[in-house]
Amino acid sequence: MAEKTLTRMDLAEAVHAEVGLSRNDSADLVESVLQHVSDALVRGESVKISSFGTFSIRDKAARMGRNPKTGEEVPISPRRVLTFRPSHLMKDKVAAGNKS
Amino acid sequence: MIRSELIQKIADENPHLYQRDVEKIVNTIFEEITDAMARGDRVELRGFGAFSVKKRDGRTGRNPRTGESVAVEEKHVPFFKTGKLLRDRLNGA
Repeated sequence: MAEKTLTRMDLAEAVHAEVGLSRNDSADLVESVLQHVSDALVRGESVKISSFGTFSIRDKAARMGRNPKTGEEVPISPRRVLTFRPSHLMKDKVAAGNKS
Repeated sequence: MIRSELIQKIADENPHLYQRDVEKIVNTIFEEITDAMARGDRVELRGFGAFSVKKRDGRTGRNPRTGESVAVEEKHVPFFKTGKLLRDRLNGA
């Protein structure tokens, strides 16, 4: 299993190969998709892509944390975090594809 | 927002593209990410986040109803880590 890292460029290349748009336009569309997903999340919406997964926002309450090195208490302010829940299809594909 | 709404937004912004091509574009992007992870690859989208595969070791599980021990095999699961830019934007930066 040769582990590789894909980037926006590889996604654009796939769009280019699949739809036949120029590499430039394909790259712009990849960016646009990521931008729309991000914008929806920033507005507080969840983003549900069937057979892929769901991105959702969770509100975390403020709590006291501790610097593990110094033991010092530090306040952690309330914040919003993003969680991704993969679809069953994705889980199955990833499990099947990486079986040793 | 769901997939069809995302497709509609992209279509509205790109009136020169056929709707069915916009569908294909959006589907291709998500399929490519899934296929990469199925191969054990990572997908790193700077500013947005990174998709990777994590290995879960085999363990001895228990049937919660019967209390019976069952061997749970090692498996691989998809994982997403939010990118710094998006994390900051979510918190109003």
